[in-house]
Amino acid sequence: MTTTPNENAVEIRDLNVTFATDGGDVHAVRGVSLDVRPGEVLAIVGESGSGKTVTARTILGLLASTAVTSGAVVVSGTDVVGLDAASLRRLRGEKAAMIFQEPSMALNPVFSVGWQLAEGLRAHGRISKAEAKAKAVDMLRRVGIPDPERRVNDYPHQFSGGQKQRIVIAMALALEPTVIIADEPTTALDVTVQAEILELLRRLRDEEGTAIVLITHNMGVVADLADRVAVMLQGELVETAPVADIFASPQHEYTRSLLAAVPRLEAADRHRPVAAPTAAPLVVAEDLIIEYPGRFGRRSTFRAVHEVSFTIAPGEVLGLVGESGSGKSTIGRAIAGLTPVAGGSLQVLGTEMRGVKERDFRPKRRDIGFVFQDPATSFNPLLTIADNVAEPLIVHGQARHAGDAREKVDSLLEAVQLPAGFGDRYPHELSGGQRQRASLARALALDPKLLIADEPTSALDVSVQARVLELFVELQERFGFATLFISHDLAVVDMLADRIGVLHRGRLVEEGTGAEVLGAPQDPYTQRLLASLPVPDPVEQARRREEWGRLSA
Amino acid sequence: MTKPRLLDRLPVVHQLRQAVGLQRGMLVAGLVLTGAFVVLALLAPVLAPYGYSQLADDAGNFGAQQPPSAEHWLGTTVGGYDVLSRVIWGARTALLVIIVAVLLSVFVGILLGLVSGYLGGWVDRVLVVVADAIYAFPTLLLAIVAAIAISGGQSGMWSGVFAAAISITVVFIPQYFRVVRAEVVRVKSEAFIESAQVIGASTWRIMFRHVLRNSTRTLPVIVTLNAAEAVLTLAALGFLGLGIEPTSAAEWGFDLNKSISDVAAGIWWTAVPPGVAIILAVLGITLIGESMNDLADPRLRARRRGKGTPADAVAQSEPVAREEMGEVQ
Repeated sequence: MTTTPNENAVEIRDLNVTFATDGGDVHAVRGVSLDVRPGEVLAIVGESGSGKTVTARTILGLLASTAVTSGAVVVSGTDVVGLDAASLRRLRGEKAAMIFQEPSMALNPVFSVGWQLAEGLRAHGRISKAEAKAKAVDMLRRVGIPDPERRVNDYPHQFSGGQKQRIVIAMALALEPTVIIADEPTTALDVTVQAEILELLRRLRDEEGTAIVLITHNMGVVADLADRVAVMLQGELVETAPVADIFASPQHEYTRSLLAAVPRLEAADRHRPVAAPTAAPLVVAEDLIIEYPGRFGRRSTFRAVHEVSFTIAPGEVLGLVGESGSGKSTIGRAIAGLTPVAGGSLQVLGTEMRGVKERDFRPKRRDIGFVFQDPATSFNPLLTIADNVAEPLIVHGQARHAGDAREKVDSLLEAVQLPAGFGDRYPHELSGGQRQRASLARALALDPKLLIADEPTSALDVSVQARVLELFVELQERFGFATLFISHDLAVVDMLADRIGVLHRGRLVEEGTGAEVLGAPQDPYTQRLLASLPVPDPVEQARRREEWGRLSA
Repeated sequence: MTKPRLLDRLPVVHQLRQAVGLQRGMLVAGLVLTGAFVVLALLAPVLAPYGYSQLADDAGNFGAQQPPSAEHWLGTTVGGYDVLSRVIWGARTALLVIIVAVLLSVFVGILLGLVSGYLGGWVDRVLVVVADAIYAFPTLLLAIVAAIAISGGQSGMWSGVFAAAISITVVFIPQYFRVVRAEVVRVKSEAFIESAQVIGASTWRIMFRHVLRNSTRTLPVIVTLNAAEAVLTLAALGFLGLGIEPTSAAEWGFDLNKSISDVAAGIWWTAVPPGVAIILAVLGITLIGESMNDLADPRLRARRRGKGTPADAVAQSEPVAREEMGEVQ
């Protein structure tokens, strides 16, 4: 691509952004300078809090009123910093547009998608209703919504998550902007849908020549789509390089550690001595059926899990993978007694869970630990970490009050590599990774035989995730508890699990060792799932992309 | 990370430090007015020149409807009482009613809301229907009915205070009930409640240790707003003649009622002082409540504007990535 510097779609020069908060000023972006050329995808990567979203949002002037910005952000000839509201409104849509993370929140549920597409067109210039509608149909066709003439009158809830994201992209494209800001455009989507959205974005760049600023934490997505990569750390830009160079020879130490932390699929067996096969399994599910009752009796009952059978032996790690709505979390909740079993049989530690009474199951709870997905909400915010971790000990009569249990709590915190002083802190004073480690400490407080981990790392940044997973493997080898590890991330499950079960729409489509399931998948769904997972390597990813195209054709 | 000092974490003090601009002005004005009100109430025996039911001193009877003078700064009422003294003593009655009414309704409302919200089922449905039914009544009518039922309309100091307080409580309980119930229903679905269930904690333990304290954030705001409403309801009851006898305690609403005929006769000093007292007391408490309401919501709260690029802000900002780089603190 031959462009001279003054033809840049976006030029950011020495950008500083400061937010006024209750805890004083926070300097979120410090002296960042960046260029985005037309027809280029610039990926901004970094961990949460690194300032990548703030940098991108200044391009649209979309910062909260508490922000103070200095420096220059030039979007095709207009400096956005200090621009008045009317000029900003003209700029948004025509020169720069935005794609949001959560498509179902970016669309207004009470208007048809056609109306919402036309709204953007009407806001920028006089256009008749019929023209706007024709344009909307055209936009929907371009982003690959089937049967756009009919669907233009449908409402957002009538579309799937991937289709909604396509509509949001169509809205961003409506006025043919020079640059599109895509803030984690695929994070809320399943991997198979993610692959389709990435394909669409790539086509837009090639066909329309739109510059795209892609904000993401997923290095696989970066390898798949980006032309150039900017790495941010604590509000500063540490490295900018073409995508091949970033992956092949990262210059900055932080970039190297970021890349090293990304879990990769190896599809190898873990060589670990598994407990004697004669030992009775801890969990036996036979034709397990779980249903959520609908509002109007049996007719609207939703069956989340269809006749699933599996066992978990003592000391074994079973990984359950699947996309959202596959029923993987539901199975975990049923084992913990949070969701009733509707049919079949589920035996947990010798207790039949179908129709079990809480009173009968309560004594068994000491042998089950549970790690929740979001560490931010799984602690009582008004109790200290030590009090929270001591809860199971108090409830099961091993300590009378939190002070009593302190010694045990300190040793648990040490086991999860948290300094004992952290016990006196409140949950909000810990970072996500620290909280999830405390959550592990609580789950292990009673030395359980079975641990259920429901997406324990999906709310964490990659490098934090890597450390939590490492810790998990270490603890599992030390204490020897059996684990049901639930995740949507194949690479994470591959790292940990002895056996892997793949769930698709409530059915167990494939089960076996890591090498069997991930190395030589038999089921077409597993094959598609594997192919759509982007790998953090641009060359390898280009090859996989072709394979994915073949599978989905 | 240092723990904030206890003083800074107290409800009102914390907000005072946090507030800026107009919100701070409102809060300070409210605090000054309410502070004056509380001081009047507590020090009534010292500050008031005469007793609330005193009709004569060494110099003889005060006389009825006397204009303001050196002996009686705000004159005397039609019944021959000193107006200034009755206004000051009235603050004491109002404060007592506020405390009793708010305490009663807070405890009963929170307990019912907690049980109803957490356990759900038919208990929840019945309580919600009852609360809605009480909502449907005009609040003053309900308070009148309760006042008549409790005291037969007339009574002495403590029974009068309790009659007024309980009749106000009847109106307030549904408010606390609904607010707490809504919060409990929200908190109930949070992961830390499920986490307590998975541990095997009993229902009572979950309700009182995990749910209760997480559901009371909005209460200080409602308490202050209700305190203002309590003053008004008490005054209205007194004005309608359902309050407290002048011989048992001073009450602003009662004095207003007795001064109706004075207004036409050009006697201003019997009606204006109790009226102004009611307005200032309600205004003060409402200002606190409103500004606390705004401050509690981060979207409504004004902040000091950030400066260009202060060096201390750089030092203060959380080094998020440091832990990820491999060190735990």
